[in-house]
Amino acid sequence: MRLFGLPGARTAPPEPVRPGDVLAEAEALHVRLGTREVLAGVDVAARAGEVLALVGPNGAGKSTLLGALAADLPAASGTVRVHGRPAHAWSARELALRRAVLPQSATLSFPFAVEEVVRMGRAPWAGTALEDEDDPAVAAAMAATGTADFAARPFSALSGGERARVALARVLAQRARLLLLDEPTAALDLRHQELVLRVCRERARAGDAVVVVLHDLGLAAAYAHRVVILRAGRAVADGPPAGVFTDRLLSDVYQQPVEVFPHPRTGDVLVSPVRDS
Amino acid sequence: MTVTGKDPAPGPPPPAGGARTGPGGAPARATDAAEPGGHGRPARPDEPDGPNGPNGHGEWSSARSRRGVPWLLAAGLTLLLALLTLMSAGLGAYEIPPGDILSSVAHRAGLGGGELARVPESVLWNVRFPRIVLALLVGASLGCAGALMQGVFGNPLAEPGVIGVSSGAAVGAVAAISLGLSFLGTWTLPAFAFAAGLGTALLVYTMSRSGGRTEIVTLILTGIAVNAFAGALIGLFIFLADTAAVNRIAFWQLGSLSQATWPKVLAVLPCAAVGLAVAPLHARRLDLLALGERPARHLGVDVERLRVVLVLVVALLTAAAVSVSGVIGFVGLVVPHLLRMAAGPGHRFLIPGSALGGAVVLLAGDLAARTVAEPAELPLGVLTALFGSPFFFWLLRRTRRRQGGWA
Repeated sequence: MRLFGLPGARTAPPEPVRPGDVLAEAEALHVRLGTREVLAGVDVAARAGEVLALVGPNGAGKSTLLGALAADLPAASGTVRVHGRPAHAWSARELALRRAVLPQSATLSFPFAVEEVVRMGRAPWAGTALEDEDDPAVAAAMAATGTADFAARPFSALSGGERARVALARVLAQRARLLLLDEPTAALDLRHQELVLRVCRERARAGDAVVVVLHDLGLAAAYAHRVVILRAGRAVADGPPAGVFTDRLLSDVYQQPVEVFPHPRTGDVLVSPVRDS
Repeated sequence: MTVTGKDPAPGPPPPAGGARTGPGGAPARATDAAEPGGHGRPARPDEPDGPNGPNGHGEWSSARSRRGVPWLLAAGLTLLLALLTLMSAGLGAYEIPPGDILSSVAHRAGLGGGELARVPESVLWNVRFPRIVLALLVGASLGCAGALMQGVFGNPLAEPGVIGVSSGAAVGAVAAISLGLSFLGTWTLPAFAFAAGLGTALLVYTMSRSGGRTEIVTLILTGIAVNAFAGALIGLFIFLADTAAVNRIAFWQLGSLSQATWPKVLAVLPCAAVGLAVAPLHARRLDLLALGERPARHLGVDVERLRVVLVLVVALLTAAAVSVSGVIGFVGLVVPHLLRMAAGPGHRFLIPGSALGGAVVLLAGDLAARTVAEPAELPLGVLTALFGSPFFFWLLRRTRRRQGGWA
């Protein structure tokens, strides 16, 4: 970061964020991967203070939408804005101060210790005034994800679920106001699924915008403020889970009979496939 | 689904291949391959883990104690380097006692001391010292280039010699000798080696990557193909060369430092110095690259620019080494690997550490090459390959076991 100009010299520091600000949005977004149009006109907005869940069947374009919001994938047409500015107008460094991304699978070429991996999340802040927060940010992220116990172990010696939580800790340590998480619960057991989504809620309460791709509709119903249902590259529903999760829509989207019913004690929305017998 | 009330992470699975205890009681890190092998290896009861209390203070403190290792290693290597320099300057057909060496150096530096007699003074300053400096430059370049290459490819088996960049640079050097080119003066050879090495590095890089990843098998096979092609080109240039040039090429190919002179040092100094100065600036970004290209970009790294700069630096360093002494293999493979096992994979230590370690290895190698079979001199390249190849073989076996075989 030092060969080409000093850090922070040209890099715009992140703006203050108020609850309700749109931190990432897609407008009439089309994305092509090869010759296939994976997103065919999607509108979606992620607001500060809100957990937004992206759900839908395999191949519906959830990860692609997340990749487009992360500025990984270029838009074939339409626009993606991050913190109010077109995504491609930011430098990599400026984006890194504003949004953090959790990839679907966490790999590492060399056996760094867990704590070193989490500390990598602080890299964008090197040379800025907030560099002083490095130690508390790393410690807080590891505490929140329950990874402090194996801080000194090499990442390559961890189980899949442990790796996933370390990767999440790295993303949290980055302290960006926009969090884009691609299936953060996929490798996790029940307890840690709940833990991760509680962390999402906490980040939202602290004023961050959290976008999370989920396969488990029950988790989405329980933890998301808002849900966008994708089908074949289009958003077919957008709203609070209690409003958009209906028997008919979910059965139609997943091509599998689904029933939605209230929890007998709490009244929360429960989603279950209809199973004969 | 069942609810698990326990923490699922009590058993620390060690890296496969036998967890060794490193300094400070921390498990020695062994290098994983590009794609860390299967998850959740079985736990071993004998893993030295410290007290694994509820808040894991034991592990934290062992992580802390490991932080001293790089400094200790750096100090140890520097000391070793100083010692080897003194030995290299003193030992040989004409022995010069260490006291005389120090006195002569102090004299030239204007710090007292005294000039030696004509012969020892001449041996020291016109034969031994240029050779030592050249060994240091070549060794540092090789070690550093290896560490960079492994970081760029995210692969512990990458090394300029293995993947063919050294042979590519050698083609440029042989072409310059064979065609009798000298329009850039003493810099002709390094310049040609650099141009050819750069071309080869870019070629290997683009050919062995797909989907943002480099598979080990593809990389090694690409290296075989490139080495074969480079060998053919070198053969062709030898065929075209006249007898005098053939002799020069043959001598150069053996990888010896015996023709060291100050002009030769000056010829490779620019390449080596620029490469060695620029490389450590990218250490932190190389750490991030270990996460993969996209995650590195998410953390603010301009991955494309990083790669272009580093491939350039590797080509510079390789050209510096190759234009002096032919293809000296395995230094860039062995040195970063051993350092990574001892001090962890962080590039902020690994890059300068590998330069230092490479210098130590080459200086020791050269000292051995010219003293073991006195008065004859073993070719340095032969010596490094003799020790380096078995290590490479062991590394291949281990990586393969990690990944559960390469179908």
